[in-house]
Parts: sequence; structure tokens; C-alpha cells
Amino acid sequence: MGERKIEEAELRHIASLSRLALPEDRVEALRGELGDVLSMVERLSELDVSDVEPMAHAGDVLDAVRADEPAEPLTPERALENAPASDGPYLRVPKVLNEEGSA
Amino acid sequence: MSEPAADTTARAWRAAIRDGGTTARDALEACLARIEAANPALNAFREITAERARARADAVDAGEISGPLAGVPVAVKDNLCTDFGTTTCCSRILEGFRSPYSATAVERLEAAGALVVGKTVMDEFAMGSSCEQSAAGACANPWDPERVPGGSSGGSAAAVAAGLCPLALGTDTGGSIRQPAAFCGALGLKPTYGRVSRWGLVAFASSLDQIGPIARSAEDAALLLDAIAGPDERDATCLPEPPPACADAVGAAPAAPRIGIPREYMRRENEAAVSDAVERAAERFRAAGAEIVDLSLPHTEYGIPTYYIVAPAEASSNLARYDGVRYGRRSPEAGDVASVYERSRAEGFGPEVQRRIMLGTFALSSGYHDAYYVRALKARRLIKRDFDAALTRCDAILCPTTPGVAFARGERTADPVRMYLSDIYTANANLAGLPAVHVPQGRSPEGLPVGVQLMAPAGAEPRLLGLAAALERAAGGPAPVSHAGR
Repeated sequence: MGERKIEEAELRHIASLSRLALPEDRVEALRGELGDVLSMVERLSELDVSDVEPMAHAGDVLDAVRADEPAEPLTPERALENAPASDGPYLRVPKVLNEEGSA
Repeated sequence: MSEPAADTTARAWRAAIRDGGTTARDALEACLARIEAANPALNAFREITAERARARADAVDAGEISGPLAGVPVAVKDNLCTDFGTTTCCSRILEGFRSPYSATAVERLEAAGALVVGKTVMDEFAMGSSCEQSAAGACANPWDPERVPGGSSGGSAAAVAAGLCPLALGTDTGGSIRQPAAFCGALGLKPTYGRVSRWGLVAFASSLDQIGPIARSAEDAALLLDAIAGPDERDATCLPEPPPACADAVGAAPAAPRIGIPREYMRRENEAAVSDAVERAAERFRAAGAEIVDLSLPHTEYGIPTYYIVAPAEASSNLARYDGVRYGRRSPEAGDVASVYERSRAEGFGPEVQRRIMLGTFALSSGYHDAYYVRALKARRLIKRDFDAALTRCDAILCPTTPGVAFARGERTADPVRMYLSDIYTANANLAGLPAVHVPQGRSPEGLPVGVQLMAPAGAEPRLLGLAAALERAAGGPAPVSHAGR
């Protein structure tokens, strides 16, 4: 295990793209764990896939359509039932914009 | 009047109620008593929905609820939304989540008269092969509490194998129905991709996920699949044609089937009990008039590498919705908006889920997308072509479900890659979208369940269950239940 560690800067970049706070005491272990999995998947580079179409889906169903008929929506109360914080019909979140008006 | 015993099949359970041998309510009370007695040690159920089940049992007895599963207790995996109880995927991030609606599969199960008795323990968000990655605690193997039940549908498989209920719903993204069925000694079917609506299934990897039955007999699995299969306008990936009836097919396996054994699955690394089970099943087929065909699926070994790009990539996108804003856990430590996201997710997701989100994010990120994600999608096509070619030479494929029997608790939690290799023989059916079933075939010399996997072309569930039923009869009938529920 941990023979191929990923670079620390790379790990921090991935964690940031993933919107995951990265505890300092997990950095070394994660570099090794992700490195192990990437070494395992490296095997795919042996394959000649030059004339192969990518397969994104197992099903052959394309463009399923149905009549666009209105149905009963969730009530605001039901939709907000699981919200960590709400205020009337709104979700409560911390302030998003700073004084200059940018996020 | 006598209530159904722990080893009663769903069909016999239904018959006992219909024919007046017992009432749905009395039968349910016996079932709930067994769950209550066994669950503290087994931990197959995260939540027991006894009150709703009792009310519905009374409605069955009053003639208000009928159907092919009227009065039959069924366990439901915790990643299927129910508009009763909670739905948590055994994750801290969904602790206490109350779904405003039920999954189509759950709705149809109830429409068929089934009684949902509880939500079962699973690996968090269905990511795992041992039921150890669960915020609700680990589930034990009903045959040996020191071993894992498999995963991720381990609670569903353990509940059925322990005789706590005759049927359960599981979900299978890379083997999550079949591998725990193998470890616990139950029959577990992953249907063709699109056979069962995924509406209301908490999404993990949407191009691979399927819902399916876990039972102790092929006949019971057919009953459950018939109840939940079929098109659903709320899931655009559902197969549009009406599903073939499976219950009728169980007694009617093809008279002289060609059964292919892929040599890439019969590796020296397989445990002897597993290879023996495949050879014994081949013997049983041969004795019944089958022709055994030697097959090659040359890209087999690329399945796990392909799966561990495709599944995490889809998961990283699907799990982006857990942001601590609209539902689920919000970190009490969070200050600004960025920290609401980052801290809620870091505190709410367990280590395996975080690993897979990061892997998937990496594989989709700028600079790596073509080298990892697109290459994996091309490898997926090669794996599918292997099956297409092999299935012109045989009616079904016979192979191991797992390389070995249930492993010890704690044995693989520190080594993700080793854990991933538990799914080496199951993940390719998901990549190709094929139906596949684990069929119990007795026990190993040390007393642990063994069995075999059968795979068939897309849409061939009736043939698959017919062949499974033939193997089941040859092995002495429905799978036995463990002591845990007796």
C-alpha cells in the first residue's frame, strides 16, 4: 500500500473541487489511499481503445418522453421539512455576498 | 392456527394467510418477535417500522389490502425512500431524513400487499462490500458473527438468511445484491439495467444502479420482481416494454440449455469452496441435460479498474447535492457559505464515501478527464462486447459470485483496493447492464454459505430464474435459515 502517493498539492486541489474540508491528520493517509486506487486503475492504459466508442450507459433507451401534464407539487412545508435551517417559506443560509457585492 | 416459521417462503406465507391457517397480523407478530430477538446482535435493521406494518396487516385481515404479496413481511434497504420512518443511507449526513415520498419500488411493493417491516443496514450510500462502512454500526453475518455479511445490501441479505423475513429489497451497483446474498446464503437477483424504476432510490452511480430482490428461493424472487418491475414515467431510463412475467417461468427452465463457464472467472486464486460450488453446479446442469461450453471473456480483469473510475465519477456528481443547505446535516462549526459545504460534507460523509467522491472528482477533472474517465467508458464497451459475443454461444453464464466465502470483520477495512476486489466477478454485469443472480448451493466445509452466479442476456430474467430454480431444486430446495432467527 501507499507505493504511489499522489502529490499533496493535487490532493488539496481535489478536496477543494469536491467541497470537502481536509483535516491535516488525513493528508498523508489519503495521498497513499488514492494513490493505491489510481495505481490499480492504471491497468486500463494497457488497452488499445483507439477505435472504441465510449459507452456511457448500459441501456439503449434514448429520449424517453411523456406528456407534460401538471401534477400535485410538494407543499413548501413538506419541501422544507428536512431543511437544517428555514425561515417561513425560505431556506436560511449564511451571508453569501460580501460588502463589495461579490461572492 | 399456527404462525409461519422462520424458514417459511413468501409464497407459503401468503398461502397460510389466504387459506385461513393464520391471520396477517398474527404472522406479522411472529415475524416482529423474531426481529426483536435477533436484531440486537445481528444489526440487520437500522429501523423497524412495526406500527405501520401492524396497521397494514390489520387491513389485509379486513380485506382492504390484497395482492400477490398480501401480508408478506419485506425488509427495505435504507437507500430506498419511504414516506414513513426515516431514509438515511446509513450516513450521518442524512441522519433523521424523512422522505416526502416513497420510491416506485416501495410503492409497488405495498400495492402488491407487502408489509414493510423496516429499513436495513448498508454500507454508507451503498459504497462498500462488508457493511462495515455504516453510520448505523456494522451488520453481522448470520452464520458467523465474527464475519461480515457482505455489502452493500448486507442488512437485507442477513435479514432474509436469518429468517427474520422471507423477502427483502436490495440495490446493486457493482455486486451489492449478489455479493451479500453469497456471503449470507440467500438468492439475490440484479435485474437488467432499467427493469426496475430507480425513482426514489438515492442515487450512487446512475448508469449502474438497479433495485432487485433478495429471497430464499427463485420462486419468491420472481414474485417480488414481478411486483416491482416495469416502466415508470418518473424514471426515463426504465425499459419501456412491459416486463416478462417471471413467476410463471420458474418451473420452466430450457430443456437442454447451453451453459458457458468463462475461464477468466475460474482463477487459481479462488477459494476451493467457491470453485467446487461452480463445478458441482455444472455437474447438476449436465445431469439435467445441459451442454457445458468453455467461454472466454478476455477483458474480465479490466472490470474493477473500469468500475472504480465510472462509479466514483458518477457518485461525485450525484453526491454534490448534499451541501448542508436544503436537507441533511449542516455542520454546527460552519461560518460562511464555503464552510457550510466543506465542513458539512467532511463531517457528514464517512471515509469511504469521501475517498470515492475525491476519486471521481479527480477522474472528471480538467487534464485527467480523457485519460481516466473517457478511457474507462471505452473499456466498458470492450467488456460489453465480450458478453455480447459469449452470449451467442450459450444461454447463460455460470461462474463464481465472489472469489471466496464471507471474510472476517475488520480484515479489509484498512485496504480499500483489497476490499474493492471482492466485487471482481460481479461488477462487469453492471457495466454491461445484464441480469445476474446468486444462487445458494449449500455450505463450505467450515459451514459458511457457498453458491454460484448465473448471468444472461439483457431482458432474460425469466430464463435466469428458471435456471436458478433448477439449481435450487438440485441443491435440495429453498436456502436454509441460520440459527440467528430460530
